[in-house]
Order: sequence, then C-alpha cells, then structure tokens
Amino acid sequence: MTLFDHPIGDANEMANGKFAARQGQPLGMVVDGSVTNGVEVRLDSDVSVERIKVGTFVTLQGSNNRFFGVVTDIALGSTDPRMKYASIPTDDVFVIQALQGTVAFGMVSVLPQLTLPDVLGDEQGPAAAKSIPDHFSRAYISSQEDVETVFGSEKDGNFWLGSPLDMETKLCLDLGELVKRSMGVFGKSGTGKTFLTRLLLAGIVQNAQASSLIFDMHSEYGWQGQDADKGVNVKGLKQLFGAKVSTFTLDDDHSRRRGLSTDETVKLGLNHIEPEDVELLRESLNLSDVAASCAYNLREKYGEESWLKEFLDSGRNGSLLELADELQVNPGALRALYNRMGRFTRHGFMVEHSRVDTAALMIEHLERGQHVVLEFGRYGDDEAAYILVSNLLTRRIHRKYVEAKETAMGGAGKEPRPLVIVIEEAHKFLNSSVASQTIFGIIARELRKYNVTLMVIDQRPSGIDSEVLSQVGTRFSCLLDNERDIDAVLSGTSGSRALRSVLSRLESKQQALVFGHALPLPVVVRIRDYGTSFYETIEGGGDSEEEKKRKVDELFR
Amino acid sequence: MKRRLGEVVVSSSTSFVAQCYQLEMAPALGELVRTDLPEIYGVVGTVTTEPLDSARPVLARGEAAVSEGDIIRDNPQLSRLLTSRFEVFIAGYVDKNVTRQYLPPRPPRVHSFIYSCSADEVVEFTRHLDLLRLLLNSGASHSDEIVSACIRQAAASHDQPKYFISQACRTLAVELSADVPRLNSILRRISP
Repeated sequence: MTLFDHPIGDANEMANGKFAARQGQPLGMVVDGSVTNGVEVRLDSDVSVERIKVGTFVTLQGSNNRFFGVVTDIALGSTDPRMKYASIPTDDVFVIQALQGTVAFGMVSVLPQLTLPDVLGDEQGPAAAKSIPDHFSRAYISSQEDVETVFGSEKDGNFWLGSPLDMETKLCLDLGELVKRSMGVFGKSGTGKTFLTRLLLAGIVQNAQASSLIFDMHSEYGWQGQDADKGVNVKGLKQLFGAKVSTFTLDDDHSRRRGLSTDETVKLGLNHIEPEDVELLRESLNLSDVAASCAYNLREKYGEESWLKEFLDSGRNGSLLELADELQVNPGALRALYNRMGRFTRHGFMVEHSRVDTAALMIEHLERGQHVVLEFGRYGDDEAAYILVSNLLTRRIHRKYVEAKETAMGGAGKEPRPLVIVIEEAHKFLNSSVASQTIFGIIARELRKYNVTLMVIDQRPSGIDSEVLSQVGTRFSCLLDNERDIDAVLSGTSGSRALRSVLSRLESKQQALVFGHALPLPVVVRIRDYGTSFYETIEGGGDSEEEKKRKVDELFR
Repeated sequence: MKRRLGEVVVSSSTSFVAQCYQLEMAPALGELVRTDLPEIYGVVGTVTTEPLDSARPVLARGEAAVSEGDIIRDNPQLSRLLTSRFEVFIAGYVDKNVTRQYLPPRPPRVHSFIYSCSADEVVEFTRHLDLLRLLLNSGASHSDEIVSACIRQAAASHDQPKYFISQACRTLAVELSADVPRLNSILRRISP
C-alpha cells in the first residue's frame, strides 16, 4: 500500500522462503511483549481490528522459530495520546484513511503457546513455547496446516469436535488422551452442555478405547434426546450404536410410555444401602448430622445386610423409642431418620431385598466393551434418588475395578477396561462438604490409577470442591457468566487471566472453550452440529440394526 | 517545454532565493521548480514583491486612478523599480539520473536559471515522498502551508490525484504520528 516497499517486508519474504510452511493471511508485526503476558502485535494498516476475534489462532514467524498462539485481547492504539482529544473530521474519508494504520492502529495481544516445527510433516511435533518471537516478526492468521499440526487431523484417528473460531478447519481431539484423565463439561443452562456431552460420548463409543457408564438424569443420552430450540428429537447413543450400548432404567413405566425397550430394569434392595449413603443424602433429605450418624449405630446393631430393613420394621412396629434408648441416640434424631428413609424407600426402584447385584450386571456389560446408560425416568428430578443410586452403583463398580486392577498388577488377570463415569449436576456430589465422602470424590482424586475417570457435567462449577476440580484434566466450558463459576473453571490453569476474557465472550450456543490435558493449548471451538450429517459419519449410516428393524416394523404395522 | 522563471540571487544549503525576470510572474506557493546542471529541485515557499531599493519604499499612487491598471500605465517606471522574488526550499536533487530526496552537497550557484517543472517531472520527482519531511522541518514559519500547497499542486500532475493524495496523507501521518493536531490541520488543507 505504501509508495515504496517497506524494508521489513523484504526481510520477511526472505524469512518465509526459508520455511516451507504456507502462511495464512498476514496480520501485522510483533512490537512488544513478554513470556508471561504474551506479545503485542501491531496490525497492518489494511487489517481491520473488527476482523480479528478473541480466540483466533495466530502464527508468529520469528527469525528462527515459528510460534503458535491465541489472540487474548484486542485493543486500539495510537502514537499520540492527544489524538483522543483532537477533533477529527470523521466524515472525511481522506483524513480517516490517512490516520488509520499510521497514527491510529489496532493492537492484538497474542499468547504464544507452542513452537511449531520449521518444516511441516517433520517428525518433531509442536512443543510448549518457552520464548517469544523477535521484534518485528510477522504475525499471520494460522493456516489450516498449522492448526492440523497442532491439534492432529481426523486421518490420525482423532475425533472431530468442531472448528476453531472463524475457520473451516476440523479441530480434532485425541480421545485416547481425553479419557485418561477426568473431564468436565461446564456452562450455564441452555448453552449446549448436553449436546456437547452427547457428541463426546458418541466419540468415545466410536473410538472404543474406553467404556462409559452414564447416569442419565433426564433420559437424554440413551435412546433419544430433545433439541428444545428446534423442537426435534435427536438420536441417542442406543439409536446410533445399537448393541454397543446397553440401557438400564430405574423407571420401567417411563420407558414403556416412551415406547422404548430397555435392556435391564434396576431394582435396588434395602440391603444395598450403607450408612455412608445416608451421610451423603443428608443435605437432600434435610437430615441433621446426628440423625445421619444414627445409621452407623444401626448398622452396628443389625449388621451390614439388614440394618435398614430392621430399622424400618421396628419403626413401623412403633418401637423407635426403645430402639433409641438401646442405641443411646437422640430419639428425635432417630425419628427424623426413620421418616426420611421411610419416605425415600417407598420409591418404585427400591425393594426389600434384592439378590440381583445391579453393579455386577453393569460391570458385565462394561467388560464386554459395552456402554451403559442408566435412565432415571421420573426419578431424575429426585435429587436424592439420583445421588443415592449413582453413588451406590459407582461405589460397587469402583470396588470391582480396584480389585481387578490389583489382580492385574499382581499379574493374575487382565487390565480392566478404562471406564468413564458420566454424572450430571456434579456439584451435588462433589461440593466441599461431601466430596470427601462420595465415591466420585475418591475417583476424581485417585484418578486414572484404577482406569476409572469421571466426566462431570455441571452448571455451577463453583459448587465443586476445588481439590476435585483441580483433578479435572480436560475442561469444556460453554458460556459462563457468574464470576465465581468462571474462577472455578479456570482455577489451576496457566494464563487464566487471558482465558477469562475469552470465556465470558463465548456465544451462548454451540461454542465452548476447551483446554487442559487432551489439548496442546486452549481453544474456542464451534461445536459441530449433532444431526443427520453427524449420524452419517457413524458406522452403519447412523441407524443401528435395531433401529432399522424398528422402522421396518413400524412401516408394516 | 521548460519555462524559465528566474535566476538564483541568494543561495544556501537548505534554500535559495530567485528573482523573477518579470514582475508578478513568480511561481505559485508549493510549486515544484528546479535548476539545471546540477539538477536541484525545490518547492516554492515564499513569494515577495518589493522595491529594488529597500531605502525607497513603495508609495500608494492610485488616489486619482479609476482602475488598478491605470496606475501602471501612468507610472511606467514602476515595473523597473519593483521586483518579484521567491524563496525555494530545497527538496532534493538528481545525481547520476537517480532522484535523491535529501539536501544536495552544494546549493545551486548564484545566477543559476530556475525552471518550472513539467507534469512528467513532477510525477517522477514525487514518486517518493521523503521531501515532505524536508519541508515539514524547513524551519519556515508556515511550513504546514508549504507542505499542503505542495501536495495539492503535485496531485494535479498525477493521473490518479486521489490516490496520490491518500498516499501523501499516509506519509504525513507517519511523519507526524506524535503530533496529531498539526497532522490534522495539514490533512484538512489537503483533503479534496
């Protein structure tokens, strides 16, 4: 644009010739920066700030290295502080054109995250950036090749999650890495957490490196889910993958009403409930500390198997006072425990005694490489039921996994298959007051040692115990606007100050900031559509054998 | 066709003064002029018309005249007693066919002829705009006026005057990036 070539332009053309990589659209040049705060890029005069978005990937061509970074901030700069106060004839195109890019210009803050290999296709992959590019290094919008170098491509068996902002590039995720650590899907209500989770789960099922156990609070993952915005039903895992997915239900009627057949109906016996479970339910059942601890006394008296049944029986016979006397507990507390437990155990899925060990059944399915979805039906809205059932089952499954893993370590058995347990409303299990007691707290902390990891889905991450949250390896965060939630999600992440501005500016739909263990750097992803085009990518054209059969049956009915 | 405008009468490293051969025939403010051998280019900064003898000030003579033309007709000696001079700020020179937009090693000799530049010469010389910096720093009290007049004059010779002006504006913006009010005032004078 200038009348004579800028000497810096020449130098860079030489530098570009040295590196084989194709550059994206030129952006500007590095004028300032530090490793901690990132570099400042002054935009070229023909690049409008409006075209750059926070979260855009930028490649910086230093004299010896290529850096890959993310735009964390965009600012307007000027060479003269008095410009703000000078009266500029804004309707005069000539004046405005002259000022733009010379006196007034755009500045972009870029946080260099990775150093890219000089030559694409090199053995050596991207490494964490430990330096920053020289002064006057040119900045470019990252090309497709650069993004693929960093995130891997679908060809290498990675899972296509969506695209980076304003790019058509497929952004991929290494699911093998993802399931090695716990992960979290956060975002306020209605931001697409469920869709993102469904997509990730479909990926995990397809990838077949891990099994998953999904505590499906609102029956959204098993057979089908709802797209409330479009008012259409979307396919659940069972529809997509057929025999690879087993559905369990707590509420047979609910499934029958929806015209679905489930693989198993779960019945829990009173003999399966432990005092620890009661402790956990304290908040949701509104029990006092004293009342909850009565359960331990009762177990001591009646034994592991039948304490609850015996307790409820004696309550029914009206002998609570004597019992309280005998146990030396407060009769009022015991009465409260009786009332709450009595009401709770009247749920349809509770039976007096169950010989079927649902957990063992689930493990059987999981061991076969299947994925288990437990639908709660109408009990999904009952917080206490959700907490109890998921804890009860998970504790047993975890126990079996620990045994299996220890046997495997002793050389006597095979490694248990990695398992991802999916829980919703995670802050109810993992808040600081109960995280130490629930099995999920333990799994989150013990992590991958026993091949069991968590996928927590939550809209109030600030409610989750910080110790547990720090163990969440990969975080998918949709829009959050509560300050405390944002703090919680970003806790323990480097460069959280820069990410904060990105996070609070996400769009309210189909966008998520993904960062942590499975990704080399934080990235804003436009999540791919979960619909027909996605179904087609799944083996068998989206309809499982069962679904095809059902459709045929429907036609000839 | 080059037109001779006058002759150098005072010369210094940064500027020179030329006397016109004819009264009131000085070039316009901001016009590009040049000397020959050595080819030194400059921009007209100040045009003065004054008595040849500074001890004899000009007197008003038109009290009885009907028109201004009558005054000259009735006093034919005036054109000999008055003279027009113009000061030119040096903007560059041509050295072995290469245009240099900085000061020449030596100023033009006294009695060098001054010529007006053809449109082609203007376009050729203003392909680079480093002269604007020389003009901005010329030290003249009205350097902003000289710069804006120079750009307006030169633009007329270019095929795409708007493009030339926008480039000149950008060059000015770079030069005056630390002084936006001054830049702003010059830009307002240039903008078509």
